[in-house]
Amino acid sequence: MDILGKHGVIERNATLLLSLSLVVVSIGGIVEVAPLFYFQNTIEKVEGMRPYTPLELAGRDIYIREGCYVCHSQMIRPFRDETERYGNYSLAAESMYDHPFQWGSKRTGPDLARVGGRYSNEWHVQHLSDPRALVPESIMPKYAFLASAELDYGNIAANLQANVAVGVPYTEADIANARSDVIAQAGFEANTSGLLERYAKVTTGDFDGDPMKITEMDALVAYLQMLGTLVDFTTYDAQANYR
Amino acid sequence: MPGFIALAGGAFICFALAGLAADAPFRSHMAVMALVLAIGAAFVARIPERSPAEIEAEQAGYFDAPIRYGTILTVFWGCVGFLVGVIIALQLAFPDLNLAPFFNFGRMRPLHTSAVVFAFGGTALMTTSFYVVQRTCRARLFSEPLTWFVFWGYQIFIVMAATGYLLGITESREYAEPEWYVDIWLTIVWVAYLLLFLGTLIKRKEPHIYVANWFYLAFIVTIALLHVVNNLAVPVSFFGSKSYSLFAGVQDALTQWWYGHNAVGFFLTAGFLGMMYYYMPKQAERPVYSYRLSIIHFWALIFMYIWAGPHHLHYTALPDWAQTLGMVFSIMLWMPSWGGMINGLMTLRGAWDKMRTDPIIRMMVVAVAFYGMSTFEGPVMSIKSVNGLSHYTDWTIGHVHSGALGWVGMITFGAIYFMAPRLWGRKQLYSLRLVNWHFWLATVGIVIYAAVMWVSGIMQGLMWREYDADGFLVYSFAESVAALHPYYIARAFGGFLYLLGGLVMAFNIWMTIRGKVRNERPIIQPTAALQPAE
Repeated sequence: MDILGKHGVIERNATLLLSLSLVVVSIGGIVEVAPLFYFQNTIEKVEGMRPYTPLELAGRDIYIREGCYVCHSQMIRPFRDETERYGNYSLAAESMYDHPFQWGSKRTGPDLARVGGRYSNEWHVQHLSDPRALVPESIMPKYAFLASAELDYGNIAANLQANVAVGVPYTEADIANARSDVIAQAGFEANTSGLLERYAKVTTGDFDGDPMKITEMDALVAYLQMLGTLVDFTTYDAQANYR
Repeated sequence: MPGFIALAGGAFICFALAGLAADAPFRSHMAVMALVLAIGAAFVARIPERSPAEIEAEQAGYFDAPIRYGTILTVFWGCVGFLVGVIIALQLAFPDLNLAPFFNFGRMRPLHTSAVVFAFGGTALMTTSFYVVQRTCRARLFSEPLTWFVFWGYQIFIVMAATGYLLGITESREYAEPEWYVDIWLTIVWVAYLLLFLGTLIKRKEPHIYVANWFYLAFIVTIALLHVVNNLAVPVSFFGSKSYSLFAGVQDALTQWWYGHNAVGFFLTAGFLGMMYYYMPKQAERPVYSYRLSIIHFWALIFMYIWAGPHHLHYTALPDWAQTLGMVFSIMLWMPSWGGMINGLMTLRGAWDKMRTDPIIRMMVVAVAFYGMSTFEGPVMSIKSVNGLSHYTDWTIGHVHSGALGWVGMITFGAIYFMAPRLWGRKQLYSLRLVNWHFWLATVGIVIYAAVMWVSGIMQGLMWREYDADGFLVYSFAESVAALHPYYIARAFGGFLYLLGGLVMAFNIWMTIRGKVRNERPIIQPTAALQPAE
C-alpha cells in the first residue's frame, strides 16, 4: 500500500492537488461528449428537416420562457407504448436546429415531440387559455395572457442572426425577410409565396383567431403545430444509420 | 466605503443598462437589479465606521464576519427554498394556485430548484468552506476584500437568477437556467472564489491539506469547468436577455446532463462531503475513521462521477454506447459513494451513545444514512431497464429529494448548529430540544415525501405502459394525471413538515445569536443511581 503512502506529496502541494483533480475530472467528459460531434448517427442529415420559421422560432422562445419543458418532454423513446401514444420514436436529427434542446426530463404533462397537427388551432388556443375547460383532469397553469400579449417581433432578424452564429443555416434572404415572414405566416399578408419558398411544410393562417394583432399566442401555436411534422416517416429509412 | 462605492456603482450601471435595453424582460431585470443594489448601498452606508482598535481586534483571529452573514443567509435561503417548494407542490395538486404570468409553475419550478441548490446549498458551501479552510490550515482567509467580493457577489448572482426566472428570463437548461449575463457574472465570482480558496491553502501553517479541503477544492474547480462549458451561448444583443446555446440537439443534451449530473456530483455531493469530513468528526470528537479510505474515496468519486451524465438520457436519441457507458459508471459509482458513507458513519465508532444524547450528531448520522440510501437508489435507477420505467416520472423527483432534503439539508443543519454558538461566542445553542424537534419534523417530512413519490412514480410509469388483453393502451395520459392527485397532496404535506422544521431552526439560531438560553429539561434525564444487584 505504498502508493497511498506517497499521497502525502499531493497533500502538501495545493497546486498539484488542484491540477491532478482537474485532469481526473476532465477525462470522462472528453471521452463521452467529444465523439458526438463526429459520429455519423448523431450528425446525420434527415430529409425534411429545416430551420424554424421566424414565427415558429418566436413561439419556441415563448415555450422556453414559460418553462414548458419543465413538465413536457420532446423525446419519444423506442417503446411500444410510447410510439403508440405519441408516434414514431424521436431521431437525433429532429433536434439538430434546437439551440438549446427541449427533450425535457419529466412528464407531468404528455410528450409534445409530435403534437403538431394533432389538434386544431382553436383547440390549442382554448386549451392554453383554460386547460381544464377541455381536459378536466389537467393540472396545467392557464396561459390566457398570451392571447392579449402582442408579439415583439420588430427585431426578430437578430434572433435568426444569433442562430446563424451557432450554426443554423439561415440564408441572407431568410434574415432579410424575417420580419415580413412573421407577418405572412400569421395570416396578415395574402402573398405567402416568399415564405413558402424559403421554408418547406409551413402552415400559415391566423393561429389565435384574433385578426387584429399578432400575439404571443399566434407564435406559440405556430410552434406547437409544426412539432414533429417535418420528417416523413413513410419514406424514412431507419436502417440507413443503424447504430 | 469601498462596499458602498461598488454597490452604488453597480446600481448605476444596471440603471444605465435598463435604459439601453433591447428587450422588455432585460429592461425589467436591470431595473429590479438597480433597485436591489441601491437598497444594498443604502444599507452599507448606514454601517457605522469601525475604530482602528476594533479593526485590529477583528484581524487578530480568523476572518469570521462573512461566515456569520453566511450562516444567517443559509438559514434564510433554506426557508425560502422550502417555502417555494411547498407552494409549487400545492400548485400541482390545486392548479388554480398558479398566478399568471409571474407565478406559473413553469417559472416557479426553477426558482425552487435554484433557491435550494444554489441559494441554500451554495451559501452553505461557501460559508462552511471559509470556516473549514481557515481552521484546518490555521490561516486567515488571504484577502479580506476578495472574500467580501466572493461572498456578496454570489448573493447578487442568486438575486439576479431568482428575479430573472419570474420575469421569464431562462436558458431552459435545468439547474443552469440563468441567462448569459448572469452566467458571466457567476464565472467572475467563481474564479475569484477559486483564487481565494487556493490562496488560503497555499499560505497554510499546517504541512498537510486536510481531506475536507480536497473535496471543497475539487468542488470549486469542477463547477467552474462545468459552468463555463455548459453555458456557452451567443446572445442576440449585448443589451438583451436572450441567447442561443452554442450546441444543438443531442450534443447539447449530453453537455447539459454532463453538467446536470455533476451539479449533483460536485455541488451537492463533493462539497457537502467536505462538510461531513470536518463537522462530523468535530461534533463527535473522534478522528475520521480511515485516512486511506478517504484517499480512495476522493479520487474514485471525482473520477467516476463525471461519466454518469448519460444515464439521464437512456433510450433517447443519444447513441447506445454512450448510454451504456453512463450506466456502467453510475453503477460503479455506488462503491466510492458507500466508501464515503462508511468513512462518515464509522467515525462514530465508540461514540454511538451520542446518537441518543446529541440531536446534532443524530442529524449528521441521518444525513449520511440518506446519502447512502440515495447513492444506492441512484445506481439502481441508472440501470436502463429500471430507467425505462422510472424516467419522466415522479420517482426521479423523489430520488432527488431524498438526496437534497436528506443528505444536503441534514448535513447543513448539523453544520449550522455546530457553528452558530461558536461564531457568536455563545456557550451553547438556545435549545437542544428544538434541534430535536427540527430533526423529527425534517425526518418524518422526508420519509413521507420519498415514500409518496415512489408510489406515485411507479404507478405513473406502470399506467403509461398498461395494455389490455386486446393489445390496447388502457389509460389515457389525463387519467394518469388524475390518479396522482392524492399523492400530490401527501407530498405537499411532507414538504410542509420539512419547511416547519426549517422555521424551527431559524427561530433557534435567532435566539442563539441574541444570546438567549431556553430553560428546558436536558435531553437525557439524569438517571437515578443504579442499585447494586442483591
